Parts: sequence; structure tokens; C-alpha cells
Amino acid sequence: MCGIVGLFLKNDALHPKLGDLLTDMLITMTDRGPDSAGIAIYGDDSNKLKITVQSDTPDETFHGLDTALSLALDGPVTMRVIDTHAVLTLPEGTEAQARAFMAEKGIRVMGAGHSMEIYKEVGLPKDVAERFHLRDMAGSHGIGHTRMATESAVTTLGAHPFSTGDDQCLVHNGSLSNHNQMRRILTEKGFKPQTQNDTEVAACYISSRLAEGANLGEALEGTLDDLDGFFTFVVGTKNGFGVVRDPIACKPAVMAETDDYVAFGSEYRALANLPGIETARVWEPEPATVYFWER
Amino acid sequence: MQTIDLAKTPLRELNQALQAQAEQTNQTEWVIENPKGGHAIAVGLDAPIEVTVKGSTGYYCAGMNQQATIKVTGSAGPGVAENMMSGTVIIDGDASQYAGATGQGGLLVIKGNASSRCGISMKGIDIVVHGNIGHMSAFMAQSGNLVVLGDAGDALGDSLYEARLFVRGKVKSLGADCIEKEMRPEHVEILKDLLERAGADADPSEFKRYGSARKLYNFHVDHAGAY
Repeated sequence: MCGIVGLFLKNDALHPKLGDLLTDMLITMTDRGPDSAGIAIYGDDSNKLKITVQSDTPDETFHGLDTALSLALDGPVTMRVIDTHAVLTLPEGTEAQARAFMAEKGIRVMGAGHSMEIYKEVGLPKDVAERFHLRDMAGSHGIGHTRMATESAVTTLGAHPFSTGDDQCLVHNGSLSNHNQMRRILTEKGFKPQTQNDTEVAACYISSRLAEGANLGEALEGTLDDLDGFFTFVVGTKNGFGVVRDPIACKPAVMAETDDYVAFGSEYRALANLPGIETARVWEPEPATVYFWER
Repeated sequence: MQTIDLAKTPLRELNQALQAQAEQTNQTEWVIENPKGGHAIAVGLDAPIEVTVKGSTGYYCAGMNQQATIKVTGSAGPGVAENMMSGTVIIDGDASQYAGATGQGGLLVIKGNASSRCGISMKGIDIVVHGNIGHMSAFMAQSGNLVVLGDAGDALGDSLYEARLFVRGKVKSLGADCIEKEMRPEHVEILKDLLERAGADADPSEFKRYGSARKLYNFHVDHAGAY
């Protein structure tokens, strides 16, 4: 069991409230996943390349990290430290170099892109939300996850969302049974998952399909043919938000749409306090059916 | 009329109050406010009371119901009226997966659509769905009636025993051992009564009946190779 929440805002006036709304949704899903929690947030400030990194010893690791990285990349770097995470802005075209720099220093990269920032940690969703000040964050869309681990250890890297491509992220409720085979296929294609986690393989699969030129809908459609197991996936890209459930569809999902937003919750409880929910169109996404919205 | 606000009253207190009602209680009307998708609302009741839940419920609403009439004005989450023994449960909106699962008696009415596994392993309950039902509905259904005014999804009535399935719309596919059967006068009578009790304005002659071919009841020596 895990909990998923997602919110894609259609009304720009709600952007400042994104973090606040998502935090309430996330905390409501605590009893579906008390092990760890995470959130991917797509901010409006997207003119710079940025990378979200994590360290268990942030004071030590992040001290002077921006200066060192700036020297290594030979360009300006800024750093914003939030608890165990830091968001660094980088000169365009230096992502690979920055990733190599972090790998050398043993610093974990949570995700990269122009819009997306990822925050995830072990602990209760309310504690994770507080540590990262999720309530204060703004943006156009975001995806959150509360984890009850089944397939791999309860660690920061095992928490969702998983990001395996620029501004791409995926969260999952379920378990995959062909992830080892798919991990080998993806590794051959150059999309090497970093962990033993089944969900990361699904994220890599989507990234590989998008890299091959598929749109979000096509990439999600592909999961139905190529991934085996139980899944409800919610996926974010810079401009989009998508949902797909496996054909058996035993992992729960509820969606709501108004003129202002599209929202996803593992249960209706997560949506019950959204503004205008009383008059929203509320429905259960059909099995083996792709839903996606792009702006 | 008793009103309980779930924004102020803990769920356990609500269920204890409802479960404490005796058969001869004079407190026959109850209204529950602010369900907000909460789990296990109005479960285990055993008195002829009327409970109206104003809003949408989460997992297992009205489970194990006996005698009570429970109405949900919104939609219901997974497992609504699971293992109902008697009484009536009415959902004004949609119902999520396995609505009425393992129910032994009573009537479940869903005014919207029901999703997958509706009436799975039903054992005597009557279920009337005004809209459509999802895949694997009435899987291993043993007895009772499932009436669907709309369409049915894949694998309807897979491994069915003696439950009767009536569908007015299209059936995407039938499950193993489920076949269309003749609609005899006694079936029209059963259907007419159920439609009336469920407030459904539909003509019994528009329905088809599905039931068990009874081919899976016994081991067949020709199938020995499959084991």
C-alpha cells in the first residue's frame, strides 16, 4: 500500500497555494504510507537549469559546495539549502558535469531540470513536509507520495518520486514483477537505474520512451504492454501530468477536475478539502486507460 | 432525527452509537455529516434505522449491515456494503471496486456506476446498478441477483455458481463458464420486483440473463491434461 496525490493547476491564480494544497493532500494519505514521503514540485521560475541534491550530513557536505561546483563548472552557481536537500542553479549545458561532480563527492542527485525540484525523506509525511517547508512552495503542478515499502528498503533513495530525466518524475502504488528484466533492457539503452527499486525502473522506462520521441500519452500507453505487475502511476513532466493504471486496477485511484485544477488521490479523502470539490467532476480512472494533461 | 458531525465526532463513537440501537429504538433517523471520504462509516449496524450519509465515503462503508437502511448522497469507496446480511444500502453516486462483495442478503442500489469486481463472491445479496459495472464483476458469485441497467466490463460472471445476472446494455466479455440464458417468466418477475424496489425505470424485457454453464462444477476427465 502507498498513497499518491497530484495536483495540476489550470488557474494561474492558485499557483501560490500549490504547496499548501498538496501538503494537506499528502498528510491525509499518511496511513497509506508512513515510511517515507516525497514531493516533486514544478515551480514557475524555470529560466535556469537546476539540480536537487541530498546528503545525510548536510552541514558538512553543503558547506562551500556552491563555490566548489562553480569552480569545477567554470560558471556561476547558486545554492538554496533546505534541510537535507540543496537546490543548485547551474550554467546551461553543465548537468552531466555537475552529476559527475556529485557522484565523485558521494552526494545523491534527486533530480534535475528547469522547473522541477524533488524533496523526499524517510519519516512521517507531516514531518517531511515540515522539514522542507512544502507549504510555502508555489508552482503549476506537483506530485506527492507516501510510501509503505514492499520491494526495497526504507531509505531516502527508495522514496518516491523517482526522477530519471530532466523535469520528469514518477510515483507508483503497486509492485512490478518484471523489473529485473526491464532494468537490463534499459541499462543496454543507456538508462541505468541507480537503485534496486522497481519503481525507478518504471521511471526509467518512461524517460527512455520520451527520449525516443514519444509524447507523455504514448509513453504511458507503453507501460501497459511492457511492464508487468500492479501499478497506478502518476507522472509529471515540465508541462504535463499523466495517470495510468494496470488492467487489473486493484490499486485505488480517484480523480477530480474543475475549471481550476485536475487532482489525483489514492482515495477521495485526499481530495475532500480541495476548493470547489463539491461541484467537481469526480471519477475513478478506468483500468488500462491513459489520462494526461499538458499545458 | 439524530445528527452526527464527523468533523467533531470520532468515527468509533459514531459506529458505537449506531450499533447500540436496539430493534425497537425510537431513534430511527440518523444523519451523518462531513464524511469526507472516511473509512468504515456506519458498519456493523443491526437495527431497522435509517442512516443518511451526506457526502462521499471511503473504504467499507455500510459493511456487515443488518436491517438498517443506509443512504450515501455522494459516492462510495471500495468495498461498500461488503458482507451485507440484510437491509438496504443506496449510493446516489458511483461505487468503487468490489461493491457488495460476499453479501449474504439485503439490497444494494448504486445509482451511478460501479467499478471492477462488483458483487464478487456474492452469496445472496441483490445488487441493482443504474449505470455500468467494471471488469470481473460477479466473479465466483454464488447466489442472489445482480441487475445492471448499463453495460458490463470484461469477464462478467467468471467461475459463476448460481447467482443470476441481468444486464440491459452490452457485455464486453463473459468470464469462464458464464453463458447467456433464457429469460423465463419467473426471472421477469424477480427482475420486475428488483427494478421497482431500486427505483429503476426500466422494462424487464430489455434485459438479458446470464448464468453458470455449470461446466466447472465437477472435474472433467478430458481436462486432466490441464493440471
